[in-house]
Amino acid sequence: MSAAKNKHNTEDYLRMYKQMVRIRAFEDNANQLYLSAKMPGLTHMYSGQEAVAVGICEALTDEDRITSTHRGHGHCVAKGADFKAMFCELLGKAEGYCRGKGGSMHIADQSHGNLGANAIVGGSMGIATGAALSAKRLGKDFVTVCFFGDGATAQGLWYEVMNMAALWKLPVIYACENNGYSEYTKTEEIAAGSLTARAEAFGIEAFDVDGQDVLAVNELTRQLTERCRNGEGPFFIELDTYRYHGHHVGDINRDYYRSKGEEAEWKTVRDPITNFGKWLIDQKIMTADELVVIDNEISADAQAAVEYALKARYPDGSEVDMHVFAGVDHALEYLGGAR
Amino acid sequence: MTREITLSKAVNEAIAEEMRRDPTVFLIGEDVAEAGTPFKVLSGLVEEFGTDRVIDTPISEPGFMGIAVGAAMTGSRPIVDLMFGDFLYLVMDQLCNQAAKTHYMSGGKLKVPLVLRTNMGATRRSAAQHSQSLQAIVAHIPGLKVAMPSSAYEAKGLMKTAIRDDNPVVIFEDKLMYQDKAPVPEEEYLIPFGEAKIKRDGRDITLVATSSMVQVAEEAATTLAAEGISAEVIDPRTIVPLDEQTIINSVRKTSRAIVIDEGHQSYGVTAEIAARINEKAFYHLDAPVIRMGAMDVPVPFSPALEDLTVPTAEGVVENARKICRGELVHAA
Repeated sequence: MSAAKNKHNTEDYLRMYKQMVRIRAFEDNANQLYLSAKMPGLTHMYSGQEAVAVGICEALTDEDRITSTHRGHGHCVAKGADFKAMFCELLGKAEGYCRGKGGSMHIADQSHGNLGANAIVGGSMGIATGAALSAKRLGKDFVTVCFFGDGATAQGLWYEVMNMAALWKLPVIYACENNGYSEYTKTEEIAAGSLTARAEAFGIEAFDVDGQDVLAVNELTRQLTERCRNGEGPFFIELDTYRYHGHHVGDINRDYYRSKGEEAEWKTVRDPITNFGKWLIDQKIMTADELVVIDNEISADAQAAVEYALKARYPDGSEVDMHVFAGVDHALEYLGGAR
Repeated sequence: MTREITLSKAVNEAIAEEMRRDPTVFLIGEDVAEAGTPFKVLSGLVEEFGTDRVIDTPISEPGFMGIAVGAAMTGSRPIVDLMFGDFLYLVMDQLCNQAAKTHYMSGGKLKVPLVLRTNMGATRRSAAQHSQSLQAIVAHIPGLKVAMPSSAYEAKGLMKTAIRDDNPVVIFEDKLMYQDKAPVPEEEYLIPFGEAKIKRDGRDITLVATSSMVQVAEEAATTLAAEGISAEVIDPRTIVPLDEQTIINSVRKTSRAIVIDEGHQSYGVTAEIAARINEKAFYHLDAPVIRMGAMDVPVPFSPALEDLTVPTAEGVVENARKICRGELVHAA
C-alpha cells in the first residue's frame, strides 16, 4: 500500500476501515443466523471481498448508482445501508428494506443509490447500463457502477451492453470481482483468454487492480468516476479478490474444488481488513487499541441489530399482493379473477 | 373533430404526442430512427426528436431491453420497440425476471415505467419465427400489464395510457392491421386499462375477442344476425388487467360464449377467460364455453397450411350456430 497522503485523508481512511469491518461483522452475524436456523433460505457471504465494495463505494456519492449481485451484502453496506433494515430484510420482516419481499438476494436501497441485488448472474448488467443512459440523456452527472463476479463474464448480456455503452459513451463502470470461483468451479476453467482484453475489444479502457487493497481500489475508482463525469466512460475494472466462504452458506465441504491451504493463505496473508489495519498503525493514523475499540463497537452494533430484527414483526398477510403494480394497492382486486 | 387514420399512424401520433409532453420519454430498438421500423410505424419521429430520443440499437434484444429497465428505474420512460413479437423469447429474463418483479422485490421502492411495443399475428407467410402471438406468455407473469388494441382508435388511446403508466406494459399490435383505418379524434384522449368495450349489443351469445379477432367476431356477428342469432361482441382491450365484470354481465345475459384470440389455444388467453366465465357465470350458461385460439402447431409457411391455423369468421359462425341450437361443438 502507498503512503498516507495527508491528514486531510484521515477521516476517509477511518471510514473505509469502519465500513470494511461493518461488512465483516454483518456477514459473521448472517452466517450465524443461517447456522442457527434463524434465517429463512440461503445467503451468499461477501467476507474476504470487503476492499472491493468499500474502495469503490467510498469514491461514490449517494446520487451515484450501483447494481449489486446475489453476493450483495457488502455492496449494500458500503453504499450506506443501515444494519437494522438489512437484517430485517434477511429475516423477512416488515421493516426490511423491501418489506421482507426481496430477502438477501434482492436488497435494494434507493435512498443510497443501490438499485438492487440480483439473483440472476449477470442480470443487472443491462440495468446498470440503462441507469447510465438515463444520466446521460437527462443531463444528470451520476455515475453507475455495475458489480458482478467472474462467473457473470460468461453471460452474453455483458457483451451486448458493453458494446452499446462504448458506442454511446455512457458513464458506467463495469466492476468484475474476480474471486477465483464461478460457484463451484475455478474461474480458469470457465474463462478463456483475458477478461480485460474482452472489454478492450470494445474500445473500453480496462484496469486490473488488487481487490484486497482498499486504497488502490479507491484511488482508481476516484479517477474513473471523475472521468465518467467528464464523458470519458465507460470503463472496466477487474478486481482480484477472494471469497472466504463457499458459494453460499451451505457450501461447507468444498475440498473437491479448493484446498483449505489456499483459503488459509488468503485469510492470513491477504486479508483486506487486517492489512489495512496494520497500515493505519504503521502510518500512525490509529493505534492498535483504537482499532480494537472500533471493532468492538461495530460488533455490538451488529448484534443489537440482529436482536432487533429477530424481535421485529413479519409483514401482515394482507401485504402479499401489495407492490405488484405501482399505483395499485392490492393486485388481486385489480386483476379481477378474485379467488 | 374525427378523421380516419391507419393504425400505424395512430401509434405514431400517440408516441409523438407523449414525447412532446414528457422529455423523459424516449424510443429504443432496432432500426427505429431513420428506418422507422420495417413496418414504417415510427417514420418521421427521428426528424422531430433526434437520435438522442429515437435510439437505434445493435441487434441485441436482451441488451437493449435490460438497458430500458435500468433507464426506467432512474427517471426515464423508455418505449422499447421489439421488431417481432417472436423475439420476446430473447428478452424474457429482462422482461419477466427484472422489469416485472423489481417493484415487488423492492417492496414498492423502485418503479419500472416502460412500454414494450411489439406485434403479433399470422397469415403474412412469415413462418414459425415471425408469426407468433405470444400475449399469453407475458400475461402469465405478475407485474406486467398487457394491451391488445383492435383498431387505430384503441391503438392510440392505449399507447398514451401505457406511456403514462408507472409499470411495465406490453402492447401487442397486429401487424396485419397497420394499414387498417378507423375514425380517431383529433383531440387528445386516453383509454383506461381494464375497461372492455362492447362493440355490438346482442342477446343470444357473447363473442369475446382480442385484437384482430374483434374483426373476425364482428364479421361472424353480422352473418349470425342474418340467421336470427343475436351476438354481443366484447373487446377487452387489455387482458391484464381484464375487465371481467363486463364479460360476466354479458354472459349472464346471453347464456353462451365463445372466446377468440390468436395465441395458441392451449393454456392461452381464451382458456383464462373461459375459465373465469365458468367460475362466475356457470349457472347462467346454457352451453359449454368455447375457446377459439390458434391451432397448437408452430405456424407453418405454406399458405395452404397457415390459413388452417387461425380462427376465422366462418369457424366462429359454425360454432355459434351449434351451441345456439343446443348441439355440442366438441361431441365425444
